[in-house]
Amino acid sequence: MTMKITLEINGETRTVECSPWKRLLDVLREDVRLTGTKEGCGEGECGACSVILDGEVVNSCLVAVGQCDRRKLTTVEGLARGDVLHAVQKQLVVCGGAQCGICTPGIAVCAAHVVDRGLVRGKDEAAARAAVRELLAGNICRCTGYQLIVDAVIAAVREVEP
Amino acid sequence: MDRVPPVLDAKPPVGASVPRVDGVAKVTGRALYLDDLDAPGAWFGATVRSKIAHGVLEAIDLDPAFDWSQVVVVTAADIPGHNYIALIENDQVALVPVGGHVMHVDEALALVAAPTKELAMAAAKAVVPRVKPLPAIFTIDDALAVKQKLYGDNNVFKQFLIRKGHGDDAGLEAAFAGATQVIEGTYWTSAQEQMYIEPQAMMAEWADGRCYIVGSMQCPYYVHKAMKPLLACGPDDVVITQSVTGGGFGGKEEYPSMLAAHVALLAKKAGRAVKIVYDRDEDIAATTKRHPARVHHRMAVDASGEIVAIDVDVVMDGGAYLTLSPVVLSRGVLHAAGPYRCPVVRVRGRVVATNHPPHGAFRGFGAPQTTFAYERQLQKLAIARGEDPLALRKRLALRSGDTTATGQLLGFSVGTDEVIAAIERCAGPPPRKDGVRNGSPVRRGRGVVFYFHGAGFTGSGEQRLAGRATVAKTVLGRYEVRSSSTDIGQGAITIFTQIAASALGVDASLVDVVDPSTARVPDSGPTVASRTCMVVGGLVEKAARALKEKLAEPHDGEVAVTLQYEPPPGIQWDDATYTGSAYPVYGWAACLVDVSVDLDSYEVHVDRCVQAVDVGKAINPVIVKGQIEGGTLQALGWALLENVVYKDGKVMNANMTNCIVPTFADAPELETILVEVPYPFGPSGAKGVGEIPMDGPAAAVANAVENALGCAFDAIPIMPELVAESRSRWRLG
Repeated sequence: MTMKITLEINGETRTVECSPWKRLLDVLREDVRLTGTKEGCGEGECGACSVILDGEVVNSCLVAVGQCDRRKLTTVEGLARGDVLHAVQKQLVVCGGAQCGICTPGIAVCAAHVVDRGLVRGKDEAAARAAVRELLAGNICRCTGYQLIVDAVIAAVREVEP
Repeated sequence: MDRVPPVLDAKPPVGASVPRVDGVAKVTGRALYLDDLDAPGAWFGATVRSKIAHGVLEAIDLDPAFDWSQVVVVTAADIPGHNYIALIENDQVALVPVGGHVMHVDEALALVAAPTKELAMAAAKAVVPRVKPLPAIFTIDDALAVKQKLYGDNNVFKQFLIRKGHGDDAGLEAAFAGATQVIEGTYWTSAQEQMYIEPQAMMAEWADGRCYIVGSMQCPYYVHKAMKPLLACGPDDVVITQSVTGGGFGGKEEYPSMLAAHVALLAKKAGRAVKIVYDRDEDIAATTKRHPARVHHRMAVDASGEIVAIDVDVVMDGGAYLTLSPVVLSRGVLHAAGPYRCPVVRVRGRVVATNHPPHGAFRGFGAPQTTFAYERQLQKLAIARGEDPLALRKRLALRSGDTTATGQLLGFSVGTDEVIAAIERCAGPPPRKDGVRNGSPVRRGRGVVFYFHGAGFTGSGEQRLAGRATVAKTVLGRYEVRSSSTDIGQGAITIFTQIAASALGVDASLVDVVDPSTARVPDSGPTVASRTCMVVGGLVEKAARALKEKLAEPHDGEVAVTLQYEPPPGIQWDDATYTGSAYPVYGWAACLVDVSVDLDSYEVHVDRCVQAVDVGKAINPVIVKGQIEGGTLQALGWALLENVVYKDGKVMNANMTNCIVPTFADAPELETILVEVPYPFGPSGAKGVGEIPMDGPAAAVANAVENALGCAFDAIPIMPELVAESRSRWRLG
């Protein structure tokens, strides 16, 4: 059984026709051809498939697309404004927070959510770093040891909230 | 591939933290990994695997109830050439033939391809192999006792013997007999999953009789070498291209040849492009892991506290096929005596066959296993003598003018004093023993280690490889670096850009590092062994300098310089006796770890981890820091929570929920100190850095837990169960 599902992805309205049980991840990658969202485990552990659904970060491998009809999605492709990178994306490049890059889209999405929502606002350095570690604990990176990613997120927080 | 030039200010010279060339593509999601490539009409492949660890494949049946009209099935009978994956020995089959031996659970028996992934998965289930089981063996002891004969007469894939300062075993025992004190222990380290976040992925297509393979890999020319005999084709009839690769850590050194064989065979039979992307569970279950090891270590000390003799016996579980085990073992034994002065050394090493899936390359490549043993031994010596652990290491460590276990005279780039001084400077007072963390009582401890890692291939390996690299000025006026070194996240593209731009004296934006494809780049050797920057980067630097000279003369058209590796002067190695210069140079490192042991939950938490690493020269300090920190956390994970659970040869926790690796919340703040004691024959003084951070921290953790609880921990991972079992041995006074 297929059905028509309307999604607002990165500000654009897209309609797909597929099984409502199809994973949101597969719809993004196959039907909409936005391949920035990655699959690392398919069971909600690694966070490589993180997207923002109506203001909440979700693992798109665990969401059936039928749940997303008429809802707003932000993927990694929607973080930059034209050629201007999101502060998180820029700082991930500057601080060396991306290595192999396969976890990076999920981390960028999650970290952009943290920064844009002001989730570590007003905290001192140590408390902000600890909070970032807690908030990003659902995203696994095997390359960096996380240190330079935390540096990047804190730098983005400071850039956005001087 | 979409490589967006950096939008940020970039200073080209070597030594600057230039943003990575591929950074913008990666943070925007534009970098295309294998599964992202647009491949219209490509079919999906799936693998039929053994559920039995050892047996004879009697038949492969196809379920008659299944609709096979849209499916291609491949068995060993479809292999046009030789049915083996060419590596060191050609003992591993691409697909078990009917009548052949199944050697491990999840070994590939047949392949299917279909227009959709769902249909391919369903078809794989409808292929029914009939395997007659044979008794299987899963332990080092059963392998050595030859409970089942799996390889040769004795199940030993490879053995090594190193002797220094004595002629025979009697001479060794005489040295031990004269000792004041002997420290002795047996150390166990477990299998470890690389857990690159991009699973293994490969695609193949045939056109005009030529096979094009693209995928996630470290070593395009390893795949090329393996495809020629398997597909019965010439070197120009198979083209291997690396796609953007989502992590490797050794796990994409040898295994991609297997996957390439599978997609090539499927694509040939299907007459169209076929891709295979492993699910995570399949990847964990079927691909290589770090060799589990048992290391017995004896160390004799005289009255003044000098080490007078070391005797090490290393045994590793190689799994079902030889694959890279001999070289993993080689690196393990060459590091086994540690970076300490000692006149009499014997190291014996064996790697044995079992019915586990083959163990293989993983960052550190045998050295982490033996480093864990010798640094536990040094800790026990410090405790026995009542000597400060770091001071003891400083007193005994190798320096310029000393010789290693293989008799190599160390002449340059020995950063011992610098890395130890760096740790001394920032150590601060040890943590208070008793405290509270998250509301639970904890016991704290501190551990230190000192260690080394040989950079580049072992012995005469680099000469045999004879790696080549090209730097060219194209007719378009741009500069190209052509090498088969792959960027797997470690920053190869960026540092090659920096090295070439600096040597040429041009802006980095004029330099392109060509995507590794066997059709376009020379064989620079594999992307392994901490050799990419030091060896291939060295070739790039020299070739760029030579190109600059050539360009000063009149020329037209493309001007290119290709250079081949030449060993530094004075490198001599004897493979027969395992003596001489085991490596052209070593990296040196010291690490300090503070831990809290939760006395309610028995969890060990790393509160602090400082690594000081001598890298020769940091071509790009941020990238080097990222390498060290990534390796450090993999080592902390190996020490505390990464555990591959085998039962009857099958991985029982083949998913990321149960086969865990450290998260943001598990990782401590990592303190990294770059020390630069230049290597005269590396690019701008650089030497290998990729693997060294993996070697030491596990022992530092065990030493810290011992310091906290007052009892020894000689096996890793130190999971809560192990801490709970140790209760009766605690000395908390």
